[in-house]
Amino acid sequence: MTDPDEMMTVAAARALTGGQRVFVGIGLPSTAANLARRTHAPDLVLIYESGTLGSKPDRLPASIGDGILAETADAVIGVPEVFNYWLQPGRIDVGFLGAAQLDRFGNINTTVIGDYHAPKVRLPGAGGAPEIAASCGEVFVVVRQSRRSFVDRVDFVTSFGHGRGPGERARLGLRGAGPTRVITDLGVFRPDPATAELVLTDLHPGVSVDDVRAATGWDLRVVPEPGRTPPPTDDELAALRALKEASA
Amino acid sequence: MGSLAEAVADLVHDGDVVALEGFTHLIPVAAGQEVIRQGRRGLTLVRMTPDIVYDQLIGAGCATKLVFSWGGNPGVGSLHRFRDALEHGWPRPLEVEEHSHAGMANRYVAGASGLPFAVLRGYVGTDLPNVTSTIKFITCPFTGEQLAAVPALNPDVAIIHAQRADRAGNVQLWGLVGVQKEAVLAAKRSLVTVEEIVDELTPVPGAIVLPSWAVTRVVAVPGGAHPSYAQGYSERDNAYYAAWDPISRDRDTFTEWLTALKEGR
Repeated sequence: MTDPDEMMTVAAARALTGGQRVFVGIGLPSTAANLARRTHAPDLVLIYESGTLGSKPDRLPASIGDGILAETADAVIGVPEVFNYWLQPGRIDVGFLGAAQLDRFGNINTTVIGDYHAPKVRLPGAGGAPEIAASCGEVFVVVRQSRRSFVDRVDFVTSFGHGRGPGERARLGLRGAGPTRVITDLGVFRPDPATAELVLTDLHPGVSVDDVRAATGWDLRVVPEPGRTPPPTDDELAALRALKEASA
Repeated sequence: MGSLAEAVADLVHDGDVVALEGFTHLIPVAAGQEVIRQGRRGLTLVRMTPDIVYDQLIGAGCATKLVFSWGGNPGVGSLHRFRDALEHGWPRPLEVEEHSHAGMANRYVAGASGLPFAVLRGYVGTDLPNVTSTIKFITCPFTGEQLAAVPALNPDVAIIHAQRADRAGNVQLWGLVGVQKEAVLAAKRSLVTVEEIVDELTPVPGAIVLPSWAVTRVVAVPGGAHPSYAQGYSERDNAYYAAWDPISRDRDTFTEWLTALKEGR
């Protein structure tokens, strides 16, 4: 039996290739990006919003302020420079984002559950995400899937995905392609080019379409013949576990 | 140079707009806790990434407003005092002015540059402009393009922590440099706590130097960033961050913590 979290992390790592420049957040994105760098994509360029270009940590950073990010980087820069010189002009290929809520058009909420002015749950907020979602070449979202996280409509749009349909990003003048892939512990979703709605394209090992439906808060669409994610290889698992062990 | 208590008493007043900056590295925690000890009230707290020390200031009732872009206990979870203030108004309601990192960084840059506002390609399509009055859209006078505009941040006082200063008060800071230089240059007054005062600043590649004439006060506070990192001096105290979660979850355990802080235990 494949561990769902490990499968999600490995699937996210596999989505990164070659020498892509990746804007990496702490948590799952950082684990996946570092796993990719240690397996099939050693030339991956990791950019952290705390101000590092090309970090090559030999363990997972405990937080965005971990000194190992600075010590192993090609360059250490100030936070305004990260956003103004590197992210804004479109120099970063992939933005890797998490989500508290995600809707069927890939819009992301990390701000608040319930009403903004009388919140049921106050979440951390936007951080770098709105501009990452707007300006990176494309966005991969990594999120554990449930009816709480996969909702018909997000309570607050912290980061714009595809709005309510195709063409909205272009109309707003957003430069990147937005969320092109959503990777969860159950499978992989991609936006339908005709509707911009996220559809299930791949199932992780041991997961059925019904399992995914049960964890989706909208009337889920599935491609005619969903792919099957290859299970983690021994090498991938060994690299992932070594990375976690080195970071404990 | 004097003591931390004297510096805070001189520079931080009730009702001030106060920025304690540090992007997870070099957070001026000791100075923030001194603000709590001195019982400041009505502060507008500013920071890109409010974390534990802001949770403490909010829980202690020092703040009436928070200007920020991401609030959490890094690597651990929520800020429970911040959430309690927003969700239940305890110990008092907290007004928020909420931005993205890009917006906050540019607000400091405008403040440091002596400009009234900054422009950026940001916020488009999000709900943030609907809830934050300091996000507007303007038309570029050259291309006609729509861009976001955010007003300069000019705090009454900025507080940062750095690695060292010399006896003349020139400050040297390195590693993840965050937005501290911009915060100091944007503020009317500034306080820099440092790990140590040295006779002469040894050059460090990539270091920021804030000349003595650009800062108001420098105070030696070894370990003043604890539990956060101070590159070259100390690692992050992960146990403190983890321990803060249960302390801050409950008003009573937090209040015990606060009493102990004030009594210097």
